[in-house]
Amino acid sequence: MGALSYRAAKLAAPISLATVFSFATPAFAETSGISAADTAWMIVATALVLMMTIPGLALFYSGMVRKKNVLATMAQSLAAVAIISILWVAFGYSLAFVGDGPWLGTLDRWFLAGMTMDGVNPAAKTIPESLFMLYQMTFAIITVALVAGSVADRMRFSAYLLFSIGWFMFVYVPLAHWVWGGGFLGSMGVLDFAGGLVVHLSAGVGGLVAAKVMGRRHGYGSENLSPFDLSLAVMGTGLLWVGWFGFNGGSALGANSRAVMAIIATHLAACAGALTWGAIEWTIRRKPSVLGMISGAVAGLGTITPASGFVAPWHGIVIGVIAGLVCFWACTWLKHRFNYDDSLDVFGVHGIGGMTGILLAGVFATASIGGTSGLIEGNPQQLLIQLYGIAVTLVWSGGMTYVLLKLVSAFVPLRVSREHELEGLDISQHGEALQ
Amino acid sequence: MKLVVAIIKPFKLDEVRQALTAIGVSGMTVTEVKGYGRQKGHTEVYRGAEYVVNFLPKLRIEIAVPSNIADKAVEVITSSARTGQIGDGKIFVTPIDHALRIRTGETDSDAL
Repeated sequence: MGALSYRAAKLAAPISLATVFSFATPAFAETSGISAADTAWMIVATALVLMMTIPGLALFYSGMVRKKNVLATMAQSLAAVAIISILWVAFGYSLAFVGDGPWLGTLDRWFLAGMTMDGVNPAAKTIPESLFMLYQMTFAIITVALVAGSVADRMRFSAYLLFSIGWFMFVYVPLAHWVWGGGFLGSMGVLDFAGGLVVHLSAGVGGLVAAKVMGRRHGYGSENLSPFDLSLAVMGTGLLWVGWFGFNGGSALGANSRAVMAIIATHLAACAGALTWGAIEWTIRRKPSVLGMISGAVAGLGTITPASGFVAPWHGIVIGVIAGLVCFWACTWLKHRFNYDDSLDVFGVHGIGGMTGILLAGVFATASIGGTSGLIEGNPQQLLIQLYGIAVTLVWSGGMTYVLLKLVSAFVPLRVSREHELEGLDISQHGEALQ
Repeated sequence: MKLVVAIIKPFKLDEVRQALTAIGVSGMTVTEVKGYGRQKGHTEVYRGAEYVVNFLPKLRIEIAVPSNIADKAVEVITSSARTGQIGDGKIFVTPIDHALRIRTGETDSDAL
């Protein structure tokens, strides 16, 4: 009895304090407009998209590089998360999504100044502004992390960090504003539900330019550069695939049937893409490879991304098949025809996939789903608008990437030295090695 | 004493081990190696990039045996490791100058 009452006495103090505080702080009633359901889903979607970068993309990419570069490749994803998150909060969110000038937002939300518990961003009125900010952060992170895939196995870590900061500031933030934040592309009706332009095409073009500027890997075309461990890449693909439910589904910004339609289209596109790429390889090379199937799945996912909230779910199958065909062609014929070393096919999968998806959004857009009609519903005009969006993205991302690379190279060399490239980035950049 | 070194196909390990145990060989060292002889490699394709891989995975088995059973050991390894397909491997026999069991200090034949 003595021991029991002692324990009860130990609890008494904190319990009474908690009671006092719960009466002292006002309970937050749901503000008119904010939906608990939408908020709950968007919190989950945010986590899903962050998972796509760590560990999704980290595993996907690292499995495909050589053993001596696995840790360094993962470091690029880790660094992207750490740095872009802070920059997003510092000024990225504000410039992208606050204020609706045609070119750029304002710095009203510098370090989230003025953000309240119940305030909303006009782009997402049923969830707290803080959540909208956080969700969009995860998109910025993965876009920046994607670019590095083109120059895997050879980029200096310090150059990567500087380049990523610049690319985020001068490519991602403006593009996000132009398409989603009230800027000129969104105003003219460009359809990009979850990032065909803002994420995939911009990262793909950025990667291509970087691959061209930095040159091919030592031994490209002559030595065995085969993947370290494709099982890592498969696991990464799984995390990306599931995470994409948050990437596209969450872009509906609410827990509603549009989100579900987007998810269905997304999932079907992944399935169709995987089967298509596998079928092509089975036909051409007599064996369907696992790398081919996961590449097809990611191609399908990237391609459906801009269209997912605008098309009927079954369109996902068609778009996935097209993605498998087009991206296979881009990763095999196109890459070898123009002899660029896009190590992890960021341009072949995300660049070409994003571009194709933007066009297909213009084809398959269905008014009853997303409010806009595309070619199949008698509105060919949308295709021209989509093309314009593609052109702007190509020029802006390609041009700025080139400028940024040249700028960074004035301070640090972009590539590691030849010795370090041969030794491996894990040892040379990070002082670590897989055993 | 003889050191018998055999390069065999990996899946044959169990058969070879059982056959050697049956003739009284009580220990062996196995390493994973890569190699080629007349057996050519294979081609791997990754998203259109083709790599010809010349080296094939093999196992290297080393046993130290008294000279009088060296021939029997070679015969037993041969029959258990053979498939008749190219790439079955090779066996090399070399003399051992000295041998010692670390735990007890026994030497030469007592160490085998």
